[in-house]
Amino acid sequence: MLPRSQIWLLAVLGAAAVMSAVSGRLNPYWLDVAMGVGINIILAVSLNLINGFTGQFSLGHAGFMAVGAYTSAMVTTVLGSRLGLSPVLLRWGLFPVSLVAGGLLAGLAGLAVGAPSLRLKGDYLAIVTLGFGEIIKVILQNLNAVGGARGLSGIPSYTNLFWTFTVAAVTVYVVWGLLNSTYGRGFLAVADDEVAAEAMGLNTTRYKINAFVVGSFFAGAAGGLYAHLKGYISPTGFDFNKSIEIVVMVILGGMGRHLGVIVAAILLTVVQEPLRKLGDWRMILYALLLIGLMLTRPQGLFVWPLKRRNA
Amino acid sequence: MSALLQLNQVTIRFGGLTAVSEVSGTVGQGELVGLIGPNGAGKTTVFNLVTGVYQPTSGTISFAGESLGRLRPFEITRRGIARTFQNIRLFPSLSVFDNVRVAFHLHLKHDAVHAVTRGPKFFGEETTLRERTRELLSIFNLERVQDEPARSLPYGDQRRLEIVRALATGPRLLLLDEPAAGMNPAEKVDLMRLIQFIQGKFKLAILLVEHDMKVVMGVCQRIHVLEYGRKIAEGTPAEIRSNPAVIGAYLGKDS
Ligand SMILES: Nc1ncnc2c1ncn2[C@@H]1O[C@H](COP(=O)(O)OP(=O)(O)OP(=O)(O)O)[C@@H](O)[C@H]1O
Ligand SMILES: [Mg+2]
Repeated sequence: MLPRSQIWLLAVLGAAAVMSAVSGRLNPYWLDVAMGVGINIILAVSLNLINGFTGQFSLGHAGFMAVGAYTSAMVTTVLGSRLGLSPVLLRWGLFPVSLVAGGLLAGLAGLAVGAPSLRLKGDYLAIVTLGFGEIIKVILQNLNAVGGARGLSGIPSYTNLFWTFTVAAVTVYVVWGLLNSTYGRGFLAVADDEVAAEAMGLNTTRYKINAFVVGSFFAGAAGGLYAHLKGYISPTGFDFNKSIEIVVMVILGGMGRHLGVIVAAILLTVVQEPLRKLGDWRMILYALLLIGLMLTRPQGLFVWPLKRRNA
Repeated sequence: MSALLQLNQVTIRFGGLTAVSEVSGTVGQGELVGLIGPNGAGKTTVFNLVTGVYQPTSGTISFAGESLGRLRPFEITRRGIARTFQNIRLFPSLSVFDNVRVAFHLHLKHDAVHAVTRGPKFFGEETTLRERTRELLSIFNLERVQDEPARSLPYGDQRRLEIVRALATGPRLLLLDEPAAGMNPAEKVDLMRLIQFIQGKFKLAILLVEHDMKVVMGVCQRIHVLEYGRKIAEGTPAEIRSNPAVIGAYLGKDS
């Protein structure tokens, strides 16, 4: 007998498979939005592990997404043409492999960025991750092998409802599962009081690095999905603004809440499309929204007076 | 009896201030030892030195024959030293239950991977830990509030919860920094009984910082006295009570 959480996971995967099978009959615009929703859920939930549950402050989530997006796109475009696989094998075999590859490389980047900076206290992480995001952008802009500033186009559109929501469900499941264990309560303890956590025998650095690497892994996988959804990626698509967008979702949903952050990711994705007409004004709107929220509802939009983090 | 905890000429300076100066002393296996001294004498700093929050400027600290130099706080806890904090440091947003549960963490056989795969072994261990958590909470009569966030507890319960949480790490030496602060005399008596009870039940050595002389004299087998970071006396309660240096430094002013 499987635990309830795994039954849920399988149920969501089943639903995603069914939806995917009939997706040809869905309105293509809404199909696109739905996949955008799935990708943003992955991004927000994975950042929530770092910024919400573990109490760190990363401003570089889009950077890890970029690492995943480019890695995964290179795998399918370069490797895909050389291996001579059938279209079915490409979509159902190579593509998920490319997502994992993107996740792994992003996770590795997370380790490289996090290991030195997470040892330090305070806001070093925010500064270092901010720098990381910019560095990744500049590197990609100057890397001709991946198209430089022009970006990378001609990426096959393998992303469908099934893959998007499979990765989203796995992300939610992993983060939820981690937190709902004695081991995982350690993330919350680190967020609450690092000194006390150390005094209780928790390796706080290890916890922070684990959260960071797992979060970066899923950001990378989300990047892979994004690349194979849009068919085209460029360095500027993963800039600071994108990171802020994800941070806003986490804050809006209530840092360190499972459901609230998912709801926020859905909501912000859906309203994003109409808001795009506003151009740069959109970021100002975001900033105002953030300030207003911090002043009036610092606990997040969707936090009902339930007991916090019940046992 | 070889000492469980041994401080050897331990000194720490913060800039120009020598907070602890050439302090030596021991705590034996299963012993209940008091650490007293006026405000600012360096008692909490000694705790921070023993638990690795600070590194001594000079001198050595060893536990069960092993030097603690350069170990990080969590590594020291894993070797069997647990503590409470003078200015309560619970995990405020976690439930009472989770505050204790998380401190069992260092006896876990499962890790992040098992938390995700969630096999039968994982659930088995979680069930055992829940039972042990409940058991510990019930000793301190805290199971009735186990689902409340720790921050919502009354002050006295928060202090007691800190002790429960420290016990969950399975220590051989427990450092208690003014555990009775802010309690009324009756509560203090209860707490001291409880401390003696857990000392026997868990075969603990305890180092106790407490300002209330009656309490300290009543429960401690031996007492170390600090003043301005130096150790000025050591002995049984009777010896300390009649020590002129102590009377001058501490009892004269504080009680
Ligand atoms: N991190 C630090 N930096 C600078 N000075 C410190 C630090 N920690 C402690 N001190 C100083 O060291 C001295 C001893 O402080 P400590 O807290 O150990 O005293 P205490 O005996 O616990 O006093 P109390 O009874 O008030 O708790 C004080 O003068 C204090 O200001
Ligand atoms: Mg003190």
